[in-house]
Amino acid sequence: MSPEKNTKLLHQQYIESLKIEKRWVRFYQLVIFLVFFVGWEVASQKQWINPLIFSSPSKVWTLFLEKIQDGTLLTNLGFTLTETVFGFILGTLLGTILAAILWWSPILSKILDPYLVILNAMPKVALGPILIVALGPTFTSIVAMGAIISVIITTIVVYTSFKEVDPNYLKVLQTFGATRLQCFKEAILPASFPTIISTLKVNVGLSWVGVIVGEFLVSSKGLGYMIIYGFQVFNFTLVLLALLVIAVFATIMYQLVELLERKLIKDGS
Amino acid sequence: MSLLKLDGIHHSYFTQTTATTALSDISLDIEEGEFVSFLGPSGCGKTTLLSIIAGLIKPTEGTVMLEGQSVQESVNKIGYMLQQDYLFPWKSIEENILLGLKIGGTLKSSKIEYAKSLLEQMGLKGFETQYPKQLSGGMRQRVALVRTLATEPKLLMLDEPFSALDYQTKLKLEDLVSDTLKSYGKTAILVTHDIGEAIAMSDRIFLFSARPGKLHRTFLVPDELRKLTPFNARNHETYSVLFQKVWKELESLESREEH
Repeated sequence: MSPEKNTKLLHQQYIESLKIEKRWVRFYQLVIFLVFFVGWEVASQKQWINPLIFSSPSKVWTLFLEKIQDGTLLTNLGFTLTETVFGFILGTLLGTILAAILWWSPILSKILDPYLVILNAMPKVALGPILIVALGPTFTSIVAMGAIISVIITTIVVYTSFKEVDPNYLKVLQTFGATRLQCFKEAILPASFPTIISTLKVNVGLSWVGVIVGEFLVSSKGLGYMIIYGFQVFNFTLVLLALLVIAVFATIMYQLVELLERKLIKDGS
Repeated sequence: MSLLKLDGIHHSYFTQTTATTALSDISLDIEEGEFVSFLGPSGCGKTTLLSIIAGLIKPTEGTVMLEGQSVQESVNKIGYMLQQDYLFPWKSIEENILLGLKIGGTLKSSKIEYAKSLLEQMGLKGFETQYPKQLSGGMRQRVALVRTLATEPKLLMLDEPFSALDYQTKLKLEDLVSDTLKSYGKTAILVTHDIGEAIAMSDRIFLFSARPGKLHRTFLVPDELRKLTPFNARNHETYSVLFQKVWKELESLESREEH
């Protein structure tokens, strides 16, 4: 056999082995999924776990169909989803703008440094009651919860990445007579896109937390309301249903961020 | 009148505990169309001097005049090429070479044509839509040169531009750069610690001593070497004579520092 043909064959074998590996990974992922839900169902029916607290997949499914039919699930999901998306975008945007201001004025960043540390260390959800009293039990206060929980950490992380951009890129721009705004637009911001994307990924999770806690407190609508209501009337099937819906939609948001990442970061790879 | 005039440049760096004099009493003139080298051991403040000439740092004392005008005021007359290419990885090659024009607000079609013709001259036609990551080190350095030349600077400064490349690429690039600059009649300053490179490429060599950076001696490169391409100059007999002379001078600088 000629060496050329041999390489081709080996390459095909390599591709084949990659395919097989991928198939096994998918298989085990499916196994875990099935074992979890089947195990949950069986354990609940055989009373190994308390069905009142842990419910069962079949009960959750029945409730899901019921809530879809009476329209309450979709309305509540609509509220929560809108609040989360707004909170998420607002938190990331404000955080990035704050980071830009800090980068713009080094003296301001020195002055504000200890306050950022304090604000970051403070549990933001504790601000919830004050927000709701100040802004009223409305859409606005819940969005504010979703944003406030992520804004400070976004500021800190993005500002750090702004500062770590290789100063030689700025030197190149300065020799062309670039202003500070041009330096920011041409070098600082695009160089920090990877960091901004990874904070987006963290913020997806954080804004769900903020919004759900906000809905706990306001207790009038949304998936957070469904959870707190289910808890109060001891209907844990409702709680679990809300949780599963949240899991699905948080994953979808995460995937969308990854899509954005592929669009935004181009370096020919 | 000379193109660039440095007069009594002093520069010191300050930290909380130290004050370091990086440059001390540097005065020199560079004529239009001349190619000069700044040669010296590390720590002689060559890069600081370039930053001062580029107007990026204001010297503690002294003045830098380009065509009789302070460099702080003259925008886009000086092109500065750094040690590494520093191409922006998120920009395509075309966006990279047009960066200087974009910043200066002079993105006109005639200038774009000029930049593209430079790229073609560097043997990089057809790479416009690619990204820096897809190019080799030597190709990227050539793109960086096009980026610097695209704004048509009066004075070009090259800060060890070949030091990160392998020897063969370096020799080829030396010829290409020297050829391009000569054909456009550009004035250039090359910073290097490679004696051979300084001799092969330049018309005059300024030798600096270190700590603090001072102008120690000036060498004139003989005419017969200047006419040759850098590669051929390296094989000329005068080359090794001058090499020995510069080498001895550098050695004497070092031994003086030790005692």
